[in-house]
Amino acid sequence: MKNIYFIWKKEVRGYFSSIVAYIVAVLFLLVTGALFWLSFFQEINVLSMRGFFNQAPLFLAFFAPAITMGLIASEKRAGTLQLLMTMPISDFQVVVGKYLASVTLLAVVFFVTLFYPATLSQLGDLDWGATMAGYVGLLLLGGTYSAIGIMASSWTKDQVVAILIAFSLCFFLYVIDQLAGQPTGGFAVAIQYMSSSFHFQNIARGVVDLRDVIYYLSVTVVCLIVAQASIASRRW
Amino acid sequence: MPTSQPSIVVEGLSKSYGDFKALDDITFQIQPGEIVGFLGPNGAGKTTTMKILTCFMAATSGSAKVMGLDVYTESHKARKKIGYLPESVPLYDDMYVYDYLEYMAELRGVPKAERKAAIKRAAELTGLTEMVSREIHELSKGYRQRVGLAQAIIHEPDVVILDEPTSGLDPNQILEIRDLIKKIGKEKTVIFSTHILQEVSAVCDRIIVINRGKIVADGTFDELSQMVVKGRRGVIVHLSSGEHEVGLREFEHVDEVIALEFPKFAYRLATESEDDVRRALVKWAAENNHDVLELRTYKPDLEETFRALTGELKEAEPASEHEETAGEAEVDS
Repeated sequence: MKNIYFIWKKEVRGYFSSIVAYIVAVLFLLVTGALFWLSFFQEINVLSMRGFFNQAPLFLAFFAPAITMGLIASEKRAGTLQLLMTMPISDFQVVVGKYLASVTLLAVVFFVTLFYPATLSQLGDLDWGATMAGYVGLLLLGGTYSAIGIMASSWTKDQVVAILIAFSLCFFLYVIDQLAGQPTGGFAVAIQYMSSSFHFQNIARGVVDLRDVIYYLSVTVVCLIVAQASIASRRW
Repeated sequence: MPTSQPSIVVEGLSKSYGDFKALDDITFQIQPGEIVGFLGPNGAGKTTTMKILTCFMAATSGSAKVMGLDVYTESHKARKKIGYLPESVPLYDDMYVYDYLEYMAELRGVPKAERKAAIKRAAELTGLTEMVSREIHELSKGYRQRVGLAQAIIHEPDVVILDEPTSGLDPNQILEIRDLIKKIGKEKTVIFSTHILQEVSAVCDRIIVINRGKIVADGTFDELSQMVVKGRRGVIVHLSSGEHEVGLREFEHVDEVIALEFPKFAYRLATESEDDVRRALVKWAAENNHDVLELRTYKPDLEETFRALTGELKEAEPASEHEETAGEAEVDS
């Protein structure tokens, strides 16, 4: 536990002492903010965060890989991973510590966006339950994308390769339900179930269903285990 | 050290990359407090041995124990006993020296109450006290090396393993790092690898020569020289002209006369009884009125010792290239 904390602390410090955290935060806020205010003025009679929650997953598919791409790849390149692996800590602790650090950064960015619902609630009666459910969904989705990013980062020394792989995977999971269209057969339903945006829309409607939570957590855990295995494979 | 238990026991250790044997049945023991140099040409298996000892990778067969702990089955405990500086001196460039050392101390399991003192001690020992508030990317190569060393000793390990700690440094820095290694070696068991022979003879109590995955020699520098010296020592005589060369072949105890390339008319007389040969030579010169410009006994120097010990170098080259690629493939995967 302590070791996870040490890794987490180092990575979070790294985020906030470098420019990465700020660029990600500013870009994410700019893009989602623009979209939020756009829909805000277009549908001024509807008091809801739907515009924000509709767009955010797509940008997360890019931002989560961007903040995780270097977590393992750069350590591989610098050789520091080799040193880390001779420390009295397990490979899984390394992966989990880094994962939690990336989720922390996302959580901080999401926290800043609370400004939007806070503004809305000044205008009328905002459904805070649905909004908070949406944020839970964002965190779950962001966590899943981060885990995918870390997995991709563990496969290569090259950060660009890592972000490309991770973005492709995240984007694929994001759009795959649109391939199914209106699901009719079992196969289409299965494809829809694999989609990250399908589950997100469920949650963003205000219903935190256990099935959706399990989906995100299982993808996350699988990705982290794969990442750990790909680090550990270097031992053989 | 209160116990006489060896710090490191390696038995029948082998490591293969595909069908290439990087390490082939290596066995040795190191006692507490020894400074041991791993000597060998590039690709001989030094780094592989160290990677196995530091629990970075598993051996194909055989076993290795550090302070009585098996590096494979009790890896977690064994790691606490080891300090390691890999050849690439891995550092986080964007961290401050102090933060880096703190991070390493945390991961090495130094308790919170002792961390500050541990960092201070390691920084003092490695001469980094002035540098702790710098960012690592600002440091020169010599200081980076010191940070790497400080990291390796921060948790007071019983065994310190240093992979080519002096490579890429200028001569002054090399001397400083050597002094540091000696300092560290006063309290701890130190293994370090190098392909520079002066280094091991200057720093080490004991030398283990590895070539093509096998231990070809193991002992103090004098012992190793003795091994090599046999059949290679002799007398060098420098005459004023070449016409008397034939006369040299007449001496007793001389196995061979070899003309040196430089200086001209200088010859090496291979023998194991140098004194007799010299005496006879002086007499021979006086009786025949030959000029002798120089007369001295000859022993192989460091470089020659090294070449002799790793004598099969030429054959080994393709194999060592193979290891380089195998090593890289392993890193890439």
